[in-house]
Amino acid sequence: MRVLVLLLALAAPLPLAAEESVRLDAAPIDPRDVASLQAGARTFVNYCLNCHSAGMMRYHKLLEIGLTEQQIKDNLLFTADKVGELMNIAMTRKDAKDWLGTVPPDLSVIARARGADWLYTYLRSFYRDRESATGWNNMVYERVAMPHVLWMLSGQQVQVERKFKNMEQAEAIGRQQKNAWKIDVLTPEQAGKDGERFILKTIRTDTSGSLSQLEYDLVVRDLVNFMTWMSEPNQLERKQSGYVVLLALLVLLVLAYVLYKEFWKDVH
Amino acid sequence: MAAVEKQPVTVSGAGPLNGVMSGLLTWIDQRFPLVETWRSHLSEYYAPKNFNFWYYFGSLALFVLVLQFVTGIFLTMNYKPDAAQAFASVEYIMREVPWGWWIRYMHSTGASFFFICVYLHMFRGLLYGSYRRPRELLWIVGVLIFLCLMAEAFFGYLLPWGQMSYWGAQVIVNLFDAIPFVGPKLAIWIRGDYVVSDATLNRFFAFHVIAVPLVLLALVGAHLLALHEVGSNNPDGVEIKNAKDPKTGLPLDGIPFHPYYTVKDSFGVVVFLIIFSIVVFFAPEMGGYFLEANNFIAADPLKTPLHIAPVWYFTPYYSILRATTEQFVLWVLTPGVVGFAALIVWSVKNSNVRIAVGVAAVVLLAGFFTLDAKVWGVVLMGISVMIFFFLPWLDRSPVKSIRYKGPLTKAAIALFVVAFFILGYLGTQAVTSGRTFAAQIGTAVYFLFFFLMPWWSRMDKCKPEPHRVTGK
Repeated sequence: MRVLVLLLALAAPLPLAAEESVRLDAAPIDPRDVASLQAGARTFVNYCLNCHSAGMMRYHKLLEIGLTEQQIKDNLLFTADKVGELMNIAMTRKDAKDWLGTVPPDLSVIARARGADWLYTYLRSFYRDRESATGWNNMVYERVAMPHVLWMLSGQQVQVERKFKNMEQAEAIGRQQKNAWKIDVLTPEQAGKDGERFILKTIRTDTSGSLSQLEYDLVVRDLVNFMTWMSEPNQLERKQSGYVVLLALLVLLVLAYVLYKEFWKDVH
Repeated sequence: MAAVEKQPVTVSGAGPLNGVMSGLLTWIDQRFPLVETWRSHLSEYYAPKNFNFWYYFGSLALFVLVLQFVTGIFLTMNYKPDAAQAFASVEYIMREVPWGWWIRYMHSTGASFFFICVYLHMFRGLLYGSYRRPRELLWIVGVLIFLCLMAEAFFGYLLPWGQMSYWGAQVIVNLFDAIPFVGPKLAIWIRGDYVVSDATLNRFFAFHVIAVPLVLLALVGAHLLALHEVGSNNPDGVEIKNAKDPKTGLPLDGIPFHPYYTVKDSFGVVVFLIIFSIVVFFAPEMGGYFLEANNFIAADPLKTPLHIAPVWYFTPYYSILRATTEQFVLWVLTPGVVGFAALIVWSVKNSNVRIAVGVAAVVLLAGFFTLDAKVWGVVLMGISVMIFFFLPWLDRSPVKSIRYKGPLTKAAIALFVVAFFILGYLGTQAVTSGRTFAAQIGTAVYFLFFFLMPWWSRMDKCKPEPHRVTGK
């Protein structure tokens, strides 16, 4: 029952003020960029694949992004013995519930559920929050259970609130941000005397990490690229075969049309 | 005896194996009505020569049916109907079964295209009055096929065991809960459990892969037999049987289905396959309309999604269900029933009918003020589908085809189509008070279209029908 309440609290935070959702940044990913996919695979295995599984993905599939079996064995095989195995983790669901309060979701197809843009914005939107259990919060996913695992790379961010009297002004400043931003709208009573109803929420770097913001964005880009590829490893093959199939069908179309017209010549 | 009297079959042309073929076909034909079947359903089944664009969708629906059977059989070879394994087994098909992704995308896209074809096929019937005498039974069998298809789609949608599968099934099965007295027991009986669970998945699998397909196949057979008994309607809505060649006795405006319509429909199938393949290979999710994003999260009985919506082909009816609020029952259904009863009493002189209508209205009004609005939402949703059965008797127009109907019919059909699309769109969206109001207007238009049809179809100023089909 406690778990249920906790999950409901995670899934549906009740906003006190009318809250706009974050505008998502477009993820600059390319599933044909093999170098980016390999870098993403490295980040994924090192940072994600400890709490999260990717239980529908086999290490073996990484051959398709240009890695050799030996490279996979030497660099990426932490949770299994053979490349034919699935990307599972040692932690059981029960342990995860006891230790973390919730089971970290399997990430095999998470990119198809959330979308690349969401992941890309989410992973760049953590900020320090004293009130949360982990000490972290997220602009995209309010009161998220996951702490900011990549903080050594990105540094520590804090949330900044600025009040505005009108929406346009707040949006104009918001659009200049490199990171996620959103605007909460208060009712006139909540705003009080000064009438500043529009709260622009942004994040800024407080202590820098081992990477610059630009470098960190690239790491996230590669990671999201990998996760998007992993969510449907056959997507390139799908599109390539699509062109062949369409070409064959176009030939068939001409033949079918000629046959149809030939037979129908004598129908008046 | 009778078998021996049959004419031998001869294969014409100059093929080297023609002699063998003729012998074989003769042997079969003397033991099975081969030639007779071929003739009565293909080479000597006379169809009107003026079929237009709308007449492709019957054969296309049949094509998609075969496609769903074939892809479905291959999916069954690797799918596991088990709550612990179902979600992963679908991903196993997508990743590790050779060409599994292709089979799966054809099946998921095929489901949506099946409904596209069937909706257009039904709309064709509405345009050209194809349900009118003598094709009432043909139409009824068609509506039964439509119901079966809805059941098939509903059962199949649970199988991927994603969040939308799970919660969609939960919502729909809970509708039975609304039925007075027996509802809660009935819902448990359908699920086999108190919530949707492994037991539910297993029985839905059984329904999806064998029970419903068998019924569907039988109904499609009956639909074709009934069609070939009464003959096809056409865009002019006139019977080609009425103008026959005095010498041959063949309809002057008819052409043999084979080869004329087999080649034409083959062309249609290729066009269909091109559009179908564009979706399968380049946009299998179709922006979340064919495969919903939330369904890529495995079913979790503890996490209710904030927004539950059925797949697009069910959304018009889902909108009607959600539009039926207490306010709607009070301000629209109540005066609607009173007005409709008064209309029938005013226009039907038979006193038995008048009494029956009065009693029915009183029962309904009593129900409106005693039962929950949810019950009436379920009832309206049921009626919105069942009403199609009655179309042959609701339409009182002197002509069949929209070509000879007047402005009233054209306006009514246009309004109905707009309402259907608006309801469909609203069914995919989360509820707001504005959207509910729009859905209530759409619901009212949807039902007025059918319930007032006996009056507006008779009042309309129609043009005279031609004696023969008009060609193009």
